[in-house]
Amino acid sequence: MAYNKPLPKIDALNRPFWEAAREGRLVVQTCGKCGDVHMPPTPVCPACLSDGQEWRAASGRGTLESWITFHRAYWDGFKDELPYNVCLVRLEEGPLLVSNLVGPAERAKAGAAVRAMFRRVTEEVTLPVFELIA
Amino acid sequence: MDASLKDRIAVIGVGTTRYGSFPELDEYGLAASAFRDALGECGIEKTLIDGLLVCRIPYYARMGEVLGLEPRWTMTLPAHGRMSGIGIIEAATALAAGYCTYAALLYANIGRSRRVNYGGEENPGVWDPWGFTSPGAAHALMFRRHMELYGTTTRQLAEVSVAIRHHATLNPGAVMRTPITIEDHEASRFIAEPLRLLDYCLINDGAVCLILTTAERARDCAQPLVLLSGFGAQETFRGSSIPNFDIDFWYDAVRAAGEQAYGMAGVDHTDIDALMCYDNFSPTVLFSLEGLGFCPRGEAGRFVEGGTLRLGGLLPVNTDGGHLSNSYMQGWALNVEAVRQLRGGCGARQVPDCEVVQYVQATPCTRSIIYTRGGGGSGDGI
Repeated sequence: MAYNKPLPKIDALNRPFWEAAREGRLVVQTCGKCGDVHMPPTPVCPACLSDGQEWRAASGRGTLESWITFHRAYWDGFKDELPYNVCLVRLEEGPLLVSNLVGPAERAKAGAAVRAMFRRVTEEVTLPVFELIA
Repeated sequence: MDASLKDRIAVIGVGTTRYGSFPELDEYGLAASAFRDALGECGIEKTLIDGLLVCRIPYYARMGEVLGLEPRWTMTLPAHGRMSGIGIIEAATALAAGYCTYAALLYANIGRSRRVNYGGEENPGVWDPWGFTSPGAAHALMFRRHMELYGTTTRQLAEVSVAIRHHATLNPGAVMRTPITIEDHEASRFIAEPLRLLDYCLINDGAVCLILTTAERARDCAQPLVLLSGFGAQETFRGSSIPNFDIDFWYDAVRAAGEQAYGMAGVDHTDIDALMCYDNFSPTVLFSLEGLGFCPRGEAGRFVEGGTLRLGGLLPVNTDGGHLSNSYMQGWALNVEAVRQLRGGCGARQVPDCEVVQYVQATPCTRSIIYTRGGGGSGDGI
């Protein structure tokens, strides 16, 4: 069956993120001038306004800041997955990412350590998701 | 904020339509009805209106045509709730600067009958691939964090919805008038857990109008004098890739906007007789109480226990029933309620001896406005 959940709008700005994810790597946009790390990517550095933005490898480790469980499907593609978990993770490098928490949320706790995993959903798209580190 | 603007501007007319589903109407028809009511109660000639602000109304010039207005100051604001506080403050400064002498502020929402959905939009957002969407989910993410950091419970959160629903039962115009209990809240279905259906605002059609002028001109108008005594503002744009979210609950922004407003008005939170608090989702009320200093940071859950926010409690909040139970007028109707409370004609939901009312919107554009009763009240600044 065709994948029927929303897919990212891949553009010139975010393509490196999605290309890396397809290879099972997490990368974050980093300012080549001042070192500010920011996600999602921006056309100029929000700190120093420099154009020179680079992509650097992230460790894939972070902490769980919050999580919720969807009991309503806003897209038909999520109907069969209800209830599903969405999490907010602060990467070791600093930026916040919204993602999915793999597995049940019973053990979830703010501040818990998490690590990235990669969920291939289509030929082009692999979603970075997170699991609690036991 | 410029303290010289304190008590310079007054609200002389307010109008609200019925609230519900009106598929036969459009924004212009709804707004015209609210305008007619507001104009009627302040008793001025329509030709005096020389300022027009429209919000969530498609085309300002068509609105002017419909109402037969040719203003010399016009502003249009998008359909975001946070625009109500912005619009009222902008109109006040335009009046103070002499850009106009009588400003009509119009808001209309036809989202119910046009079946507007929040979440799952056609145009994909950054986080949609993970199934993250809707303003309610963003507030759920904040409330879960509040639970984790401070031990706040959903039963404490329920106090917000229960108190505000109680006020709606006292307001004949409110959409949701059946009383609810904490148990009803706890039994209502999860949407984005930990938030339940009863933590979510309504979606309904309706319109609101406020007419503002300078305090000198207002003294000749028909209604009791209600003054804008203070206002404050602070944006929080960092992290806006997650819409309607702030990892710190907009605490710094609410505190800053509150301090500006209190400082300008010469009051503090102990002087506030009623709080009109933007309640798109119930947790926003908790965040606002902490930011404004009604309780210490992290203690809003305990603060609201036992009916604190009900009429007769320590701090009546959203005495019209708010967005949760009265009407989803995105802050505009809360400002109208502030005015009506200060005039003293609110019947069963009237706050006794109401002299100072505060409006606050904890959003990416945080605003607070302090309204006082003019002419003899303790807050009139004379």
